[in-house]
Amino acid sequence: MADVIEVGAARGDAPPPAASAARRGASAGRAGRATPYLFLAPYLVLFTVFGLLPILLGIWLSLHQWDFQLPNRPFVGLDNYKELFSSDSAVYGDWWQSVRATAIFTVLSVPLLVVIPLGLALLLNRSFPGRTFFRAVYFAPYVLGVAVIGLLWRFLLDANLGLVNRLLGVVGLPSDTPWVTDVPWAWISLVGVTVWWTSGFNAVIYLAGLQDIPQELYEAAKVDGASAWERFRHVTLPGLRPVLLFVLTTTILASANVFGQSFLITQGAPGTETRTVVWFVVEEGLRNNNAGRAAAMSIVFALMLAVVSLANFRLFRYRED
Amino acid sequence: MIHNEMSRRRLLGLGLGLGAAATLTLAGCGGGDDSSGPAAAGNGGKDYTGPKVDLKLWNGFTGGDGEIFKTLVNQFNSEHQNIAVSVATYQWEDYYNKLPGAASSGNGPDIAVMHMDQLATFAARGVITELDDVASALELSEGDFAPTVWKGGIYNDKRYGIPLDMHPLGFYYNKAVMEKAGLDPNKPPTTRDEYMAALTELKKSGVQGFWVSPFQFTGGMTFYSLVYQFGGSLFDAEVNKATFNSDQAVEACTWLVDMIKQGFSPANVGQDADYLAFKSGKNAFNWNGIWQVNDLKKSADIQWGVAPLPQIGSTQAAWANSHNFTIVKQRSQNANKVSASKVFINWLSQHSLDWAKGGQVPARKTVRDSAEFKALTEVNALAPELEYAAFPPAAPGLGEVMTTFYNAFNEAALGKKSPKQALDDGVAKANKQLEDNRKKYGS
Repeated sequence: MADVIEVGAARGDAPPPAASAARRGASAGRAGRATPYLFLAPYLVLFTVFGLLPILLGIWLSLHQWDFQLPNRPFVGLDNYKELFSSDSAVYGDWWQSVRATAIFTVLSVPLLVVIPLGLALLLNRSFPGRTFFRAVYFAPYVLGVAVIGLLWRFLLDANLGLVNRLLGVVGLPSDTPWVTDVPWAWISLVGVTVWWTSGFNAVIYLAGLQDIPQELYEAAKVDGASAWERFRHVTLPGLRPVLLFVLTTTILASANVFGQSFLITQGAPGTETRTVVWFVVEEGLRNNNAGRAAAMSIVFALMLAVVSLANFRLFRYRED
Repeated sequence: MIHNEMSRRRLLGLGLGLGAAATLTLAGCGGGDDSSGPAAAGNGGKDYTGPKVDLKLWNGFTGGDGEIFKTLVNQFNSEHQNIAVSVATYQWEDYYNKLPGAASSGNGPDIAVMHMDQLATFAARGVITELDDVASALELSEGDFAPTVWKGGIYNDKRYGIPLDMHPLGFYYNKAVMEKAGLDPNKPPTTRDEYMAALTELKKSGVQGFWVSPFQFTGGMTFYSLVYQFGGSLFDAEVNKATFNSDQAVEACTWLVDMIKQGFSPANVGQDADYLAFKSGKNAFNWNGIWQVNDLKKSADIQWGVAPLPQIGSTQAAWANSHNFTIVKQRSQNANKVSASKVFINWLSQHSLDWAKGGQVPARKTVRDSAEFKALTEVNALAPELEYAAFPPAAPGLGEVMTTFYNAFNEAALGKKSPKQALDDGVAKANKQLEDNRKKYGS
């Protein structure tokens, strides 16, 4: 694109030849340097408006006691942050409980959401009759909104009226498990529902990754006498490394952002033990109109996730070396 | 919390009242607005004679009540040539989030319908405007309404809401289940002794008769009612301190938790499970909102009745909330719009009989005393509760404190903590929240 412009410009201006060459060189260099930025500009504008500015505004908000409707929005410095770490504030208990809930959910759900979809993808990558049908079946729950799956499972899992407990009773297992009102059952429910709901998405990503691994590698491995496990370990897994990194990172972030499931299925019960960070941030910011405090919580939470993501990238880079 | 009420209210059917436009005009004449003196714009809602204005009204009536509301608005529009009211309906939760921003950017409505417990917050945040002149110009006073409802519209000695209705907690009983247990289905228990006797009989017939939900809907509201029945209260008079760990409150909570321990209720009742069990004949008694009347009416195969809450404690009391009309502060105040809004509010308040058919007790006394309202058997059955209804107090930012209250009950009802421990912990947190609110709203 820069070349075309240059050519056109050179023709139109028709400057003295000698000077032209020099200037052309110089301006081509400038334009050449600008090219990537020009290409990036549309995204950059979007990122600035919808990414960077909100982040900066969030930081600014977090330094204020901010209710956009009140005329008085005093600057409070780091008070909103201090509150999160001082045990006698009104939000300390709720905040750390929500962090704990989010951590439990993430730690329990991420391994399952990384491993199970991989297994699914390996199965669905084989050729067998009805393959497309099964691919659709496993992806189908992901199409449903969180409100749908939330209400659906809340009723299925109800301790006294739900189908799950009734079926368990029929096969002679305890039929009074409090799936949505007591821990640890509530965690099993939330993680189980989430795995059922989103596995299909990760499986599709894996599937695309699997199809990118050259068939010749498998053939060569076979010729060398590698067993199925060895082919998986030494061909499939290394071939999937970038995909794995992507899946792991997005799954950690998605799990850490869990909101709808616990909001609808357990409603935080028992007490507020299953209330997650995002839920609590929304509650503080939008329901209780403490935007400053909510912003501070968001930023602390974002920093926590940044640390986790960094560790994650680190881990995969070491493996590559 | 708001969301929950909304979703429950979405269950409301279209009600009976859609075709009742003919009787509506008659009912409306019951109001006290027959002194048609000389009227100028801005006389507080008696009349509006200015140029034609368009009014925007927002509400959260997403259920069948929304249709009834729109019918009323259409009637108002056809009777008032120079006022055109248009209605927008949002889910309550979105609505409360959206309203302040819309109002401050100049895109808000002129009139907003609001729950009583939201009035103080929105008044303190400068979203809605004072309505004292409406009350005085229309000569509305406590006598025209129930005192409990009328006082609820006041914050900092100023009136911000004109009450439209009240929706209390009622006592629903499943007649078929009672009959099966050998109880008289036409004599629902009204006292603690009768209540326990009935539950014992039900248990003998293999029915756990009183499912105690650990969630705000409905167990939390049941507990709320009982705190007041046992002589306690949630907060002190100035709403400076939470008092829901008083001996009375602990006694009320213990009584409810004992329902589970003694097997009158299953443990771990899920959200809505109490009501679904009631409808399917597994539960006999359910303390639930008046808005379930229309839902139950739709199910022909359930034999049920509704009565004021039984008196378990030393006095009568029932949780209740109320829809109020408010006028939204505008960036550029238009006197014509404000006075037209007041005319609308007054008119609708007088015409609230049809609204009663949506499953609410009208706030206006004249409407409540009318024969037409008395004919609405079920809703009318709960009208006596108006006298002792325990409305949430007017304090800005109370929503999060109420959430703390309901969460404390949740922990007790799910057996995570003893009633005393759960309520003590809840009060400790609630007091910090109240202190934060005082700092924030400067009251």
